[in-house]
Amino acid sequence: MSAALLSTHGLKAFYGDFQALFGIDFEVAPGEVVALIGANGAGKSTFLKSVMGVIRVAPEMVLLDGQPTGGAASHHMVAKGVGIVPEGRRLFTGMSVEDNLRVAIDHSAGGNDTWSLGRVYELFPILEEKRRDLVQSLSGGQQQMVSIGRALLNQPRVLLCDEISLGLAPKVINEIYAAIPSISAAGTAIVLVEQDVGLAKKASDRLYCMLEGKVTLTGKSADISREDISAAYFGAGHAVA
Amino acid sequence: MQWLDGFIQGILLGGLYAQYALGMALMFGVMRIVNISHGDLMILLALIGVSLSVSFGLGPFVLLLVLVPIAAAIGYVLQRGILNRVVSQDPLPSIIATFGLSIALQNAMQQIWSADTRSIPGGGIEQASWQIGTIFIGVLPVIVLIVATALTGGIDALLRFTKFGRALRASAADVEAAALTGVNPQAVYAWATALAVGILGFAAVFQGLRSTVAPSDGPAQLIYAFEAVIIGGMGSIWGAFLGSMVLGVSQAIGFRINPGFGILAGHLVFLAVLAFRPQGIFGRS
Ligand SMILES: Nc1ncnc2c1ncn2[C@@H]1O[C@H](COP(=O)(O)OP(=O)(O)O)[C@@H](O)[C@H]1O
Ligand SMILES: [Mg+2]
Repeated sequence: MSAALLSTHGLKAFYGDFQALFGIDFEVAPGEVVALIGANGAGKSTFLKSVMGVIRVAPEMVLLDGQPTGGAASHHMVAKGVGIVPEGRRLFTGMSVEDNLRVAIDHSAGGNDTWSLGRVYELFPILEEKRRDLVQSLSGGQQQMVSIGRALLNQPRVLLCDEISLGLAPKVINEIYAAIPSISAAGTAIVLVEQDVGLAKKASDRLYCMLEGKVTLTGKSADISREDISAAYFGAGHAVA
Repeated sequence: MQWLDGFIQGILLGGLYAQYALGMALMFGVMRIVNISHGDLMILLALIGVSLSVSFGLGPFVLLLVLVPIAAAIGYVLQRGILNRVVSQDPLPSIIATFGLSIALQNAMQQIWSADTRSIPGGGIEQASWQIGTIFIGVLPVIVLIVATALTGGIDALLRFTKFGRALRASAADVEAAALTGVNPQAVYAWATALAVGILGFAAVFQGLRSTVAPSDGPAQLIYAFEAVIIGGMGSIWGAFLGSMVLGVSQAIGFRINPGFGILAGHLVFLAVLAFRPQGIFGRS
């Protein structure tokens, strides 16, 4: 337990009166790749937003290096070393690829300089070619690469990725997932939120499955059977897919 | 010759309008905050300038050194105290908040300074001019134009090439995503509004030197600033500068057609731009 870099404890989150998360216990260690899977509406994005301070939660519900950080503002979480590739990419339209990346360099977490513009361009060579182009002129896959590069240039110790495969062609998904090992090889912990179970299982060391705001299954990705995942993913009443 | 004269005077007038419009280009054009009290803040600063120069005998240059920091401080407090609370995708809350502020400022200025028109004593600089043939070119309007050009170039470079500029553009594009990239949007917006109102400090001194100010003048200045930004194209700093020139020249030429037509000519050109090129001269459709 003491090895956890980032953890949550009984995390509850609300949108007004609507409760979206019901006590999530979660942890990720340095260098580990953890997948968080679940159907649409399970609460995966809400979980990441709660960790990042977009949704305010009680301090002791989120621990970073064992210190309570729940409810800290997003930019403080980034400064402490938590980076995010948000759902839907969320690039800065009207700005060039390089300016998008520079915003992250300008506000990178202290004490770490693993990532540079050059290394991001090595990871995604097409971005160097397009570095002067406005981000809205890029394809979906290229935009996703900018979003990942931007998060990396914040020099995170934990990288949260919200459905980076969504809406992309299989070939592009493979290209993007091929970057995961080199990111975690640098010691960065990765949390992969996915709806694609096969993809998530293959890329991760451990996984958590969520259903309706609760964790229904957790364990080593290699040990969990497809049947168990199906039951946890769709609920016990469902037929095995 | 009178048309050339009209054109030159219009460009010079445009220099003053550019000083109103620059802050508006930042707040409305970039941050998409509608600040109805923009003109009233300028008048407030000009009246503070009048009182300072009368009470302490400050010359125009010293007055700028004193008034611009005061203006920036007012802008910072305005953003931190009011606007950051109401900024959202919906522009209506900021319109209502600053509309209320506009009325309150006008009433307060009436109480403090009365409804009289006043001006800032310039120690003769306001009358100085060069004569070229039959055309007179005022020294002060030329200074105003030079300052406006320098401010425009400075703000444009700040937005393009600095950490602050990138953070501001990022926040304007997507506040939440900017925060998730480490930007503190509330702080960035507070400094941006400090900058926008700080520039109004320049405008206030030059307006007070060039002509007169009265507590009820604000709304007209607000309209000129809005029009300049929209003529030039939202989000473009040099666009707002160019829009100010278009407005100044339209008014000066209109004035030479018929003295009563000057102001109206500016509004008509604005409406024509809205009708035929709604994205503005430099705007992308
Ligand atoms: N901004 C919001 N306001 C109200 N309810 C929301 C909001 N965002 C998400 N929800 C609800 O919270 C639940 C979890 O959503 P979300 O975290 O986006 O799920 P996931 O990312 O797993 O698809 C859903 O029932 C969704 O309808
Ligand atoms: Mg989601």
